[in-house]
Amino acid sequence: MSAFWAMLRRELRLALRGGGNVLTLVLFFVIVGAIVPFAVGPDRVLLARIAPGMIWIAAFLAMLLGLDHLFGPDHEDGSLVLLRQAELPLGAAIAAKLIAHWLVSALPLIVASPFLAMLLAMEAETYWRILASLLLGTPALAAFGAVGAAVTVAVRRGGLIAPILIAPLSIPVLIFGVGSVTASQSGAALLFLAALSLMAVAMAPFVAALAINSAED
Amino acid sequence: MSIDTTPKPNWWSRIAHPGQFVAWTTPLLWPLTVLTALLFVAGLWFAFFNSPADYQRGDTVRIMYVHVPNAWLSQFVYVTMSISALGTLVWRHPLADVSMKAAAPLGALFTALALFTGALWGRPTWGTFWEWDGRMTSTLVLLFIYLGIVALWRAFDDQLRAARVIAVFTLVGAINIPIIKFSVDWWSTLHQPASVFRPQGPAMPPSILTPLFVMFFAFTFLFVTLQLKAMHTEIKRRRIMTLQRRLVQGETP
Repeated sequence: MSAFWAMLRRELRLALRGGGNVLTLVLFFVIVGAIVPFAVGPDRVLLARIAPGMIWIAAFLAMLLGLDHLFGPDHEDGSLVLLRQAELPLGAAIAAKLIAHWLVSALPLIVASPFLAMLLAMEAETYWRILASLLLGTPALAAFGAVGAAVTVAVRRGGLIAPILIAPLSIPVLIFGVGSVTASQSGAALLFLAALSLMAVAMAPFVAALAINSAED
Repeated sequence: MSIDTTPKPNWWSRIAHPGQFVAWTTPLLWPLTVLTALLFVAGLWFAFFNSPADYQRGDTVRIMYVHVPNAWLSQFVYVTMSISALGTLVWRHPLADVSMKAAAPLGALFTALALFTGALWGRPTWGTFWEWDGRMTSTLVLLFIYLGIVALWRAFDDQLRAARVIAVFTLVGAINIPIIKFSVDWWSTLHQPASVFRPQGPAMPPSILTPLFVMFFAFTFLFVTLQLKAMHTEIKRRRIMTLQRRLVQGETP
């Protein structure tokens, strides 16, 4: 278990000390959301109606941006080969990476989301639902992202292909994430999100480990 | 002694040799092509001249004879790909790779045709080309998955390594197939539920079912023919690549 914690600490340290990646992601998230009023006009009623969808789209895009750093640097400097030979199973190492990835690329977005909600004229009640849906849904996005990043780690132009592979898988998350805004369906949608996240987080490390082992040998 | 202990090669391991596979299946190609063409002639004749127009929707009902087989194939091809993916991951069967690669563009094509004919049919009957209904959305997702897999195949240089990675992703994407199948029961919005294979029998008279089944077999045999031909092409492409590599390395091929 200590190897697992060491892995998690390593990932967090690399992310936090590695030159402002976290800040860039948050900035990207806020800017994507802030562009919307320019694209559709600053009509407060319209903005309030589309705000949940826009926040989810911005979060989805921002999380895609961070994927390159999940396995890319480790593949380049050879750490991935060492991780495959380590005593800690590769699946567990990837689980640690997945948790770290969520902590550095999803949690900051959720912390920054009130700012975006204000810019997009969102009601307080809607915001609490979106906050809950983001907290429950982003682990699934991170897990699908890990699978996509693992599949494309050996591809030289993988940065462009991973989003294409991940987007179709992420559609259910977006559907239930935005669906949680409607008061009558809110509870059911949040339960679905939680179920999706639990399933995706449980399976993704094994699938990603299988993909990496297949690509490297 | 060692010769006695080696297992006798059965047809399964002999067919794993790409050359053997091509030699065995080439005689099948022409009969399959002729059969497909005959089925299409019969099916189209039934569809255009020997089946009743719908009493409400008129001649537009004939789009069904193209739409339903394409929609069936869009899922059948993915199942074929998933079984090939298992063959790649579990048995490392060399032809499973080839079958997986050959099926991906065909599946994308059939899915695109199913969506296109569905849009053409939806306009006069439902009054819209597109609706975000459960089955249409999940079929669109299937098209994206197919195109993603095609893009992934093209991105890898080493095709043997690509096969195993793509097999993993194909099996992840297979989760969409049951969603498409049951989408009409879970969200009954616009697309009609299953009406051919159901416990209480088909919801259509034989005059409509006959052309539907003929077209169904015509399209399925079209897929089988194209799949075989595409597998032959892929085997030849790999052989050429090997020869070119040897040539570059200065060996005599």
